[in-house]
Amino acid sequence: MPKVTIDGIEIEVPNGTTILEAARMIGGDIVPPTMCYYSKLKTSGGYCRTCLVKVSKGSEKDPRPMPKPVASCRTSVMDGMEVQNITSPEILEARAGVVEMLLLNHPLDCPVCDQAGECHLQDLAYEHGKAETRYEFPRREFEKRDIGDKIQLHMTRCILCYRCVKTADQVTDGRVHGVCNRGEVAEISTYIENAIDNDFSGNVIDVCPVGALTDKTFRFNSRVWFTKPVDAHRDCPTCSGKVRLWYKGEEVARVTARKDKWGEVEEWICNSCRFEHKKTSDWVIEGPSKIDRHSVISANHYQSLKALKSTIDRQRGALPHGEKTALGAGALNPNNEEK
Amino acid sequence: MLNLTNRSKVVVPTELTLMERLYLPAILKGMFITLSHLFKRKATVKYPEQQRPIASVYRGQHVLKRDDAGAERCTACGLCAVACPAEAITMEAAERKKGEENLYREEKYAATYEINMLRCIFCGLCEEACPKEAIFLTDRIVPSSFTRGEEVFGKDKLVESLQERVDVTKRQTQEVLAFKQNKKHKHNQTIQDKLIR
Repeated sequence: MPKVTIDGIEIEVPNGTTILEAARMIGGDIVPPTMCYYSKLKTSGGYCRTCLVKVSKGSEKDPRPMPKPVASCRTSVMDGMEVQNITSPEILEARAGVVEMLLLNHPLDCPVCDQAGECHLQDLAYEHGKAETRYEFPRREFEKRDIGDKIQLHMTRCILCYRCVKTADQVTDGRVHGVCNRGEVAEISTYIENAIDNDFSGNVIDVCPVGALTDKTFRFNSRVWFTKPVDAHRDCPTCSGKVRLWYKGEEVARVTARKDKWGEVEEWICNSCRFEHKKTSDWVIEGPSKIDRHSVISANHYQSLKALKSTIDRQRGALPHGEKTALGAGALNPNNEEK
Repeated sequence: MLNLTNRSKVVVPTELTLMERLYLPAILKGMFITLSHLFKRKATVKYPEQQRPIASVYRGQHVLKRDDAGAERCTACGLCAVACPAEAITMEAAERKKGEENLYREEKYAATYEINMLRCIFCGLCEEACPKEAIFLTDRIVPSSFTRGEEVFGKDKLVESLQERVDVTKRQTQEVLAFKQNKKHKHNQTIQDKLIR
């Protein structure tokens, strides 16, 4: 089993593991961001270049560094390899450049876009990009189109990550969805506007890292951060039926697949679950979804400051067990209090 | 009004106590307070004839601006509502149809937009959050009303009318004004600019 060192952290991984997968096994800040790589889709990755890393030592046998930054999602580890990601200023600079390139043709219509708040490009630009663009030319423009009656395509927002194409290829049977043309005029397309009527076609919405493919039944319904995500399941004959419901008040605004901490779908869900079951009575609710507290989606979702209140009560001696603690360090820290 | 969270509480009138229901003691107490004020220095001015001086950046009633061509700038992005510490703002978005380009600037617009003036603390965070320069606080004072319902201002009271524009240049720094002139930013381009290109 080869040993690889990423940003000074050593880990032993199985043969054939990519640098990115090895970094994900370590976890934390050193995981390179990805826009096109999707661990659930074969042959994905290698298009967007956001996961660039520096290989400062090729392997134990051949310790020469690799001459250029490499895409970590497509490079497999060698024994004794040393990789730099956030410890290399060169890589951070290169990544900022990649973000600038990805945003060249992006319309930046976040206030209008339904993906805002859960958009990977937004997060990427916020964390790794620069505040200003040097681009002054007109951005490419496309008419917005309907792919089937439930999916809306905004080609202007697309970053050509090919995730949806791979999904259509691998999850659905019978390929009707691909990328036509090349270069600046390249666009996602269905063969001659063929409506996708496959049971699993809705998953292209979930894999899209930007707002290019969005749920038409949720279009302009609510901003993501005003909805409350809840995990639920149902007995579905075609898929696993494990989904995430997004509540707006008492109504289910939309249904999506559950996503893991890398923003990837845990289990594919069918179109019937996604588009046709939007009543609470259709579902068995498991409980609120875990959302990272730094995410805007968790804004306004906290309930009360109960923990703090009980601490104050205890300081005043209001609690029955009468445990009066001196007002010392950590006494007012709500984290010390168990819920 | 649509509730975004369940943090805000609904106000219900409480039942009166026996002392309050007796009526006369409360009236006498009130009259005594009124009478005592006859001998004190007046705290009020004769508004509107006489007005107190206010700062040039006073934060009063909000306005939803239109652009130079008269289209509404607000695109219902919800950033003001999420920035609002008092949870006074709610909105519902709708899609612009063909032929409404002169009414709404963007593809999406606010079909309803409500500010609860009783909840609002006039902090100006909505103005700061707005990416479209649509909402501004003005030096107008929010009028009082007899019911709570009237204090929920909808688009009819918030959007400026085409005839009487509300001047907000006092609230904008030189940098902001220069930014607004810069046609490089797409949200500063009007339909005419797009046609020229």
